[in-house]
Amino acid sequence: MAEYVVLIYEDEAGFAKGGAEVGEQVMKEHMTFGEANGAKLRGGNALQPVSSATSIRTDAAGKVAVTDGPFAETKEALGGFYIIEAADLDEAIAIAKQVPARFGGVEVRPVMVFD
Amino acid sequence: MLAATVRVTRDLDLAEECTQDAFAQALTHWGRRGVPASPGGWLTTVSRRRALDLMRREATLRRSLPLLLTDPVEAAPDLDVEEIPDDRLRLICTCCHPALSPEAQVALTLRLLCGLTTVEVARAFLVSEATMAARITRAKKKIATAGIPYRVPATSELPERIDAVLTVVHLLFTLGHTAPVGADLIRRDLVERALDLARMLRTLLPTDSDVAGLLALVILTDARRATRVATDGRLLLLEEQDRSQWDHGAIAEGAALVREALRRRPPGRFALQAAIAAVHAEAPSWSDTDWREIVALYDVLVQVWPSPVVTLNRAVAVGMRDGPAAGLEALSVLSDEPQLAGYSYLPAARADFLRRLGRAEEARTAYAEALRLTDNAVEREFLFMRLTQCGNRN
Repeated sequence: MAEYVVLIYEDEAGFAKGGAEVGEQVMKEHMTFGEANGAKLRGGNALQPVSSATSIRTDAAGKVAVTDGPFAETKEALGGFYIIEAADLDEAIAIAKQVPARFGGVEVRPVMVFD
Repeated sequence: MLAATVRVTRDLDLAEECTQDAFAQALTHWGRRGVPASPGGWLTTVSRRRALDLMRREATLRRSLPLLLTDPVEAAPDLDVEEIPDDRLRLICTCCHPALSPEAQVALTLRLLCGLTTVEVARAFLVSEATMAARITRAKKKIATAGIPYRVPATSELPERIDAVLTVVHLLFTLGHTAPVGADLIRRDLVERALDLARMLRTLLPTDSDVAGLLALVILTDARRATRVATDGRLLLLEEQDRSQWDHGAIAEGAALVREALRRRPPGRFALQAAIAAVHAEAPSWSDTDWREIVALYDVLVQVWPSPVVTLNRAVAVGMRDGPAAGLEALSVLSDEPQLAGYSYLPAARADFLRRLGRAEEARTAYAEALRLTDNAVEREFLFMRLTQCGNRN
């Protein structure tokens, strides 16, 4: 068994436009996903919108710059993630396909194992 | 052989090493005791034994370093040669996994299933050996780190995955049938590989109608190979080809496969493309071709597999059925199609209709545009000849 992280990238404008109704629907979809895949889930969280993000970079001279905003400006922003357990990439993809992401999509990445 | 060994090692590099060892052993053993009754079986057995030895050694090493093998190898794997077909299916599904880039899928398939060297794969793609070596290494690394499995996909996923495999084989065939660049129209080596793979898939999945469709398409298209280029190297259109020189045995085989593939409803894209090729192959001459049937098949294909290229081919068939003006009209919807920007066959088709309508000036412009977009020497010569026929003012 290996661990994979499913990163959820979505256009936040979709949620803003959809309002509370869409928010509730999506929440329900995540509950359903969690119930269906409980045995495979090792964790996960939803993130506050990109407007709350703060980026920190250190330049070559060692100077630290703290700035408002996400690390990379993209239409679809990281909005949450799940950590799942799967035998291989095919199983991880099968689970990731069920992750709700109506305003974007998901990215699957294997977790690095140090041995 | 490689396929059977990977199942033991679950590591492509280790498996390749073991198969090379087996060949080295064969050189000494066969020289001394003669070639065994089943050389392939002998090599596979030796290669898998070598793999097991190495893995056991590795496992002992790991035990001594209190670590657990997460995926233990079956204790006594049977060395039954019968299992090899299944292993090849596993291997091709791994090589053509959608999580790999299309170029990597084709490269891995050529390297691991067709047994081409990295140099040969590099030549097929017209890139340097270093570039190809890096591409293959990156793909193998992704297979290992992302955990792309080495097994036949679950039944529910099989159609989608087989489609990915067929797409790779079809791409390989297309690259060989009309080489995108270079001096030769046809790359025989690539066509042969594609044909071998399609036949292999047919053996492994004898009831799959998409597989039957692809094999039919490859066989029927390739049946014309002897007549596509004139003795002086000039490109010969379907219209000009000597049909008595087509491979009629291949056409019969392809046509039988088409009938089988079309039994599924709705028919798949390869079955439909093969059916179109069959209508051409069985027509006594260009003028006696059943263009109504061909347009009807394209109508279904547009539904099953909507793509601008299909629309383009349909327009050409419409032009044959209803005349060049109708063909030109059918092409007009494609003029702003971004996917066809840079696709030489669109201006070439437009040029042909304009030429037949006697609109020489516009035909010249279209031929010139097609020439700008073509890198194959044989095709370029053909387009240049047509351009000249339309009266070159220079």
